[in-house]
Amino acid sequence: MPEVIFKQPDGTTNVVEADLGSNLREAAVQNDVPGIDGDCGGACACATCHVYVTPEWIGKTGTVEPDSMEESLLQFADDCRDNSRLGCQVEVTEALDGIVVEVPLGQH
Amino acid sequence: MSTAAAEVNDVNSIPLDEMNVSNPALFQQNVIEPYFDRLRAEDPVHYCPDSAYGPYWSVTRYKDIMEVDINHKVFSSKSSLGGITIADPKDRGPGNDFELPMFIAMDPPKHDEQRKVVSPIVGPGNLAKMEDTIRERAGEILDSLPVGEDIDWVDLVSIELTTMTLATLFDFPWEDRRKLTRWSDVATATPESGIVESWDQRREELFECANYFKTLWDERINAEPKNDLISMMAHSPATRDMPYMEFLGNLVLLIVGGNDTTRNSISGAVLALNENPDEYQKLIDDPSLMPSMISEVIRWQTPLAHMRRTAVADYELGGKQIKSGDKVIMWYLSGNRDDTEIDRPYDFIIDRENPRKHLAFGFGIHRCVGNRLAEQQLRIIWEEIMKRFSRVEVVGEPERVFSNFVRGYKTLPVRLHPKT
Ligand code: HEM
Ligand code: FES
Repeated sequence: MPEVIFKQPDGTTNVVEADLGSNLREAAVQNDVPGIDGDCGGACACATCHVYVTPEWIGKTGTVEPDSMEESLLQFADDCRDNSRLGCQVEVTEALDGIVVEVPLGQH
Repeated sequence: MSTAAAEVNDVNSIPLDEMNVSNPALFQQNVIEPYFDRLRAEDPVHYCPDSAYGPYWSVTRYKDIMEVDINHKVFSSKSSLGGITIADPKDRGPGNDFELPMFIAMDPPKHDEQRKVVSPIVGPGNLAKMEDTIRERAGEILDSLPVGEDIDWVDLVSIELTTMTLATLFDFPWEDRRKLTRWSDVATATPESGIVESWDQRREELFECANYFKTLWDERINAEPKNDLISMMAHSPATRDMPYMEFLGNLVLLIVGGNDTTRNSISGAVLALNENPDEYQKLIDDPSLMPSMISEVIRWQTPLAHMRRTAVADYELGGKQIKSGDKVIMWYLSGNRDDTEIDRPYDFIIDRENPRKHLAFGFGIHRCVGNRLAEQQLRIIWEEIMKRFSRVEVVGEPERVFSNFVRGYKTLPVRLHPKT
C-alpha cells in the first residue's frame, strides 16, 4: 500500500498507509491525522481537507483543475497557495507512494 | 396547541400533495419531524403547490440536499430572485423589500470576492486571540447567576453569552451590547413573530443599526488598527474600499449569522443533555468529549431549519423535474434526521463515530464561514459551565420560536446546581 506522509505545522509527521484508489482525505481521516476533518465525507463540498502538496510531488498529483468546484472552495481557504489541493480530490495511486503533503495551520 | 396536535395524529392521512411543512406553528410546537419523516420515506423531493409563501419544493434527504447545496450554478442564492429563506423579500410590501447587500444572498463572482475578504476575519487564527477575553467574560456572567432557583436560561445565559461574544468580536460599546441582540432579532423578524409590529418598524430599526455602525466605522478607520472585526475591516485594503452599504451588509451578516444560531445551540445543549442524562454523565466523566458534544448539539439542534435556493435552469432531482424559476427549500433539519446517512439520527450521542457529519452548516460555496468560530465559542462557554455547575437542570417546558427558519427557544426554565 502506498505510504502518505502528512507534515504538521509544528514539524511532526504522520506516516500512514493508504488504500489504492482511495484519496488523501480518506488516508488522513482513517488514521486520525490531526487537522484534517473532511466534514463533507469527500464530496468536494466543505474544504476541510485542504493540504499543500510539496513541490517535488506536485507534478504527480497535478494542480487544481481551473473552474472546478475544488478551485471554488479553495479560494476561501486560509492561506491558499499554488500547491493547495483538497485531499478528497487527490486519488491515491502507486505513483504517489511516499508523497509528502503539509497540513495547514487551520481550516474552516 | 390543539390544531397542530390534531394534524400530527393525521400526518399519515394528509394527501401527499397537501403536505405543507412551511407552517411556522409546526416548528413552534415541535411537531414538524413526523412530517419530514413521511416526506423522506414517501416523496423526498416534494412539491407543495400552494402555501403562504407560494409554491415550493421541499428537499428532505441528506444526499439530495447535498446535491442542491453544491450546485450553485443551477441553484441561486441571489436576493433579487428571492434570496435564502422561504419568505421572499417582496412579501414585505413596497418600501420594505430592501435588502442590505450580503454575500450569503449573492452568487459568484460577487459572492466569492466578498467571502474571500471576510473569511480570514473569522478564521481559526482570530478567535485564538480573543479566546482569553471570551473565557473571562463568560466566567463573569456565569458567576453572577443565582443558583438553586428557577431562572430562564435563554435570557440570562444564552442571550447574555452570545451578546457578550459578539460585543467582544466587534469591540462594541459594552453598555450598549444588547442593541446587537435586538438588531439581529429584528433583521430576521417578521411581523407575526412578535419581535416587530410591522415591516416599517423593522426598516426603521435597521436604519438605526446602520447609523450606529457608521459611527463606529468612522471612529476606527481614524484610529490605530486593533484586533476587533470592525477595525480589521476598516483597515484591511480589501474591505476598506468596500462601498459603505456592502460593508454594512457584511457586518450585519456576521452579527445575524452568529447570533440566533449560537444562542440556540447554547440552549439546545442544555435541553439535549437533560433529555439524555446518560450522555450528560459521559461528558462529566470525560471532558475530552467536549468538541464532539458540540458538533452533536449543532446537528441535533440544527439552528437553521432550512436554506432556500431559486432554480435558474431546469434540473432533475430525485426523479422530479424542477423548473427554472422554482423555489427550492433544503430542509437541513430533515437531512440531519436521515437514517440512511446518520446512524440513529434521533438519538443524541455525544461520542458518535462521526459527529462532524451533519448539514447544519450547509455545504458548498456558502457553507458557514463562521463554523469554527461557532464551535470554539460554544466549547469555551461549555467548558466554563462545566467548571461551575454539577447540573443545569431543566425544570419546565421550553417555549419555542415561531419560525420555519430559525429553530430555537424563547424561554427555557432551569435550575443551577453548583459544584460542591
Ligand atoms: C451553530 C452556529 C451556526 C450555524 C448552525 C450556522 C449555519 C449556517 C448555514 C446553514 C449557512 C449556509 C447558508 C447558505 O447555504 O445559504 C451559514 C452561512 C454563513 N454563516 Fe453561519 N452558522 C452558525 C454560526 C455562525 C457564526 C458564529 C457566524 C459569524 C461569524 C456565521 C456567519 C455566517 C456567514 C457570514 C455565512 C454566509 C456564508 C456564505 O454565503 O458564503 N455563522 N451559516
Ligand atoms: S472532504 Fe469536504 S471537500 Fe474534501
